Amino acid sequence: MQFSPEVLIVVGPLIAAAFAGLLQRYIGDRAAMALTTASVGLSLVLSWPIFIDFVWGEGHERVFELFRFIDVAGFTSTWSVRVDTMSAIMLVVVNTVSFLVHLYSWGYMSEDPHKARFFSYLSFFTFSMLALVTANDFLQMFFGWEGVGVASYLLIGFWFRKRSANDAAIKAFISNRVGDFGFALGIMAVFFCYGSIQFDTVFEAAAANPGLVIGVGEVQFNAIEVICFLLFIGAMGKSAQFFLHVWLPDAMEGPTPVSALIHAATMVTAGVFMVSRCGELYHMAPLASGFVTIIGATTALFAATVGLAQNDIKRVIAYSTCSQLGYMFFAAGVGAYNAAMFHLFTHAFFKALLFLGAGSVIHGLHHEQDMRYMGGVRKPMAITWAMMTIGTFALIGFGIPGLGGFAGFYSKDAIIEAAYGSHGIGAQFAFWCGVTAALLTSFYSWRLAFMTFEGKYRGNPDAHHDDHAHGDADAHDDHGHDTHAKPADGSAPAHESPWVMLIPLFVLAAGAIAAGAIFAPYFLGEHAEAFWNHAIPLAHGEGHHDFPAWVIWAPLTVTVTGFIFAVIFYLWKPNAPKAMAKGPVWAFLYNKWYFDEIYDFIFVKGARAIGDLFWKVGDQKIIDGLGPDGVAASSNFFSRNLRRLQTGFVYHYSFLMLIAAVAFGAYAILSGLGASR
Amino acid sequence: MEVTLAHYLFVAAALLTIGVFGIFVNRKNVIIILMSIELVLLAVNINLVAFSAYLQNLEGQIFAMLVLTVAAAEAAVGLAILVTYFRNRGNIAVEDINQMRG
Repeated sequence: MQFSPEVLIVVGPLIAAAFAGLLQRYIGDRAAMALTTASVGLSLVLSWPIFIDFVWGEGHERVFELFRFIDVAGFTSTWSVRVDTMSAIMLVVVNTVSFLVHLYSWGYMSEDPHKARFFSYLSFFTFSMLALVTANDFLQMFFGWEGVGVASYLLIGFWFRKRSANDAAIKAFISNRVGDFGFALGIMAVFFCYGSIQFDTVFEAAAANPGLVIGVGEVQFNAIEVICFLLFIGAMGKSAQFFLHVWLPDAMEGPTPVSALIHAATMVTAGVFMVSRCGELYHMAPLASGFVTIIGATTALFAATVGLAQNDIKRVIAYSTCSQLGYMFFAAGVGAYNAAMFHLFTHAFFKALLFLGAGSVIHGLHHEQDMRYMGGVRKPMAITWAMMTIGTFALIGFGIPGLGGFAGFYSKDAIIEAAYGSHGIGAQFAFWCGVTAALLTSFYSWRLAFMTFEGKYRGNPDAHHDDHAHGDADAHDDHGHDTHAKPADGSAPAHESPWVMLIPLFVLAAGAIAAGAIFAPYFLGEHAEAFWNHAIPLAHGEGHHDFPAWVIWAPLTVTVTGFIFAVIFYLWKPNAPKAMAKGPVWAFLYNKWYFDEIYDFIFVKGARAIGDLFWKVGDQKIIDGLGPDGVAASSNFFSRNLRRLQTGFVYHYSFLMLIAAVAFGAYAILSGLGASR
Repeated sequence: MEVTLAHYLFVAAALLTIGVFGIFVNRKNVIIILMSIELVLLAVNINLVAFSAYLQNLEGQIFAMLVLTVAAAEAAVGLAILVTYFRNRGNIAVEDINQMRG
């Protein structure tokens, strides 16, 4: 086992999580918080130089093998820390967001009675994610994959006294399980086909034998297509893609820092990371890539439409996350893995910023999450407003082609252009979905901003909306509204968040502004070849100047259009949306295309019906009826009748004896027994 | 009329039948069962003695003496059990002796 800073980056948060989680009774809340935050901070400090080395220095790919996990009959899996361009990007993304979220949670969770548990979960999540991104084989990746799933479950259900939080946690876990099943099958298929699960070995073997088929009898498929398809099922679950997206919006039941860390910036991007990591496989699988493209594009558009109609501030951002993940996937699907990873990178900054900003608003408004009861927050929470506005600009990808813009501009435009320039299956569909989704993104982002910060405060200044509060004994009674004088100018009775919550916003805002401009040349542009260093396959001969002008200007145009519509609907004519809200289209969108209802009908009710069938017919009637109950009943029946023979009267027994003796005698005589004498 | 072997056997069979019916048909008294058993044994004894005389073989008569001895012992044990039973239950009616009922 080698010791190195890279290893410490991964293991540190695990040790801190174990200490904070297991010894919280002895070391106390503050020590647990300090320990976990410090360990993630250390990981952060150690991981940035690695990334910088890859960007500007001579970063070289290296693998630290810790110890063997499994070594059985040709199947080996090693715990290792693989550092290459991909993992370096993810290391900084995960550690930066995680550290800022740890820091932010000092403020946001200050009144929660279970701080140590919360921080322990956060650190455990960080460890799992780091194990995922530094994996050198599929099994360790799967370990991290499941680890973040567990952490996500624990954190969504963190306020476990809240029924809806428990439901959401279980929903997330089960939806992910569907995907994980595909992922596990994919790993098995990889081992079956190539006899190894190490990335490099598998990629080489696949490239050496692209025509390998897998199947039963006459039904044969291309092995790479099958593997890619199965692995993508896993990614669909983890990254909340169309059909398996249902858990992500509900996951907003967790505390807001969790939403920022797990359900926006890091965990949900694991699917994108995995697809890009396996880019060597995917670019040999045109059909599976086409599937990725179509699912990604559909998700991008679908989630954006749903985002238009949601009222919960966190749900809007959650659907926006879903939509942005769709962008990343169709980028990966059309072969622009670098664009996908770049969008992942920039998205982490601005989506964490938006979430933490939303958390700041929620915190400031005493756990009010419904935008219909917000408004007028700009004045009391000016810093949060400014940061959220930066995040919004970055999310909608605002920027002028040729001049530059916010972080999202570089990555999103690169994705849209890559889709336009690709000849893959579904690429044109993805292009149009991407442009439309960009329009919708702009509209709902500004809708969120305007409904929250502008206008007059619409909440009831005297009432706590406690149905949105924790439901715990830790509701914020100690600083109720009476401490605020009712503002006369219609602004909200809110308070600005403490500095420990604002500083992470500043850092993320800096990333949201600058990350695109600084790193675009390395992720996408002229330095890309050296930067990626064969970590992922790059599309060659790609350049911005190849595209027609209208393609380059389309994203900006739709973005501005969306902004104008949002201004009209939510600033000039605030009554127009209310009229629209009565229509069937709005209901369709508000109910998320009725996905929950459909799934409830098919899967929940179906599973219940199957369960009832097996329970009432299979188990109770057949198994119990023929098994224990049947045996018991029949022996009961026989013994009840047999006991009547036992009268207890001596003369009955002796009569039977006589009959038997006579019968034996008769038998002996008739059969000639003893006649031989 | 000469008394032949068949007459002896007939008397023995009659005694046996009476004894068996005494055991089964009797519902009143345990002592009658004991007496019926004695009858059955006596029927056997008559058979033994009759065959002994018929076959000019003394073994049968010796065996009859043995049966008498056993019958006496059996009667003694049976009556002893009966006395004890009466002391415990105060009643020796056959119909009430069904403690071993299932």
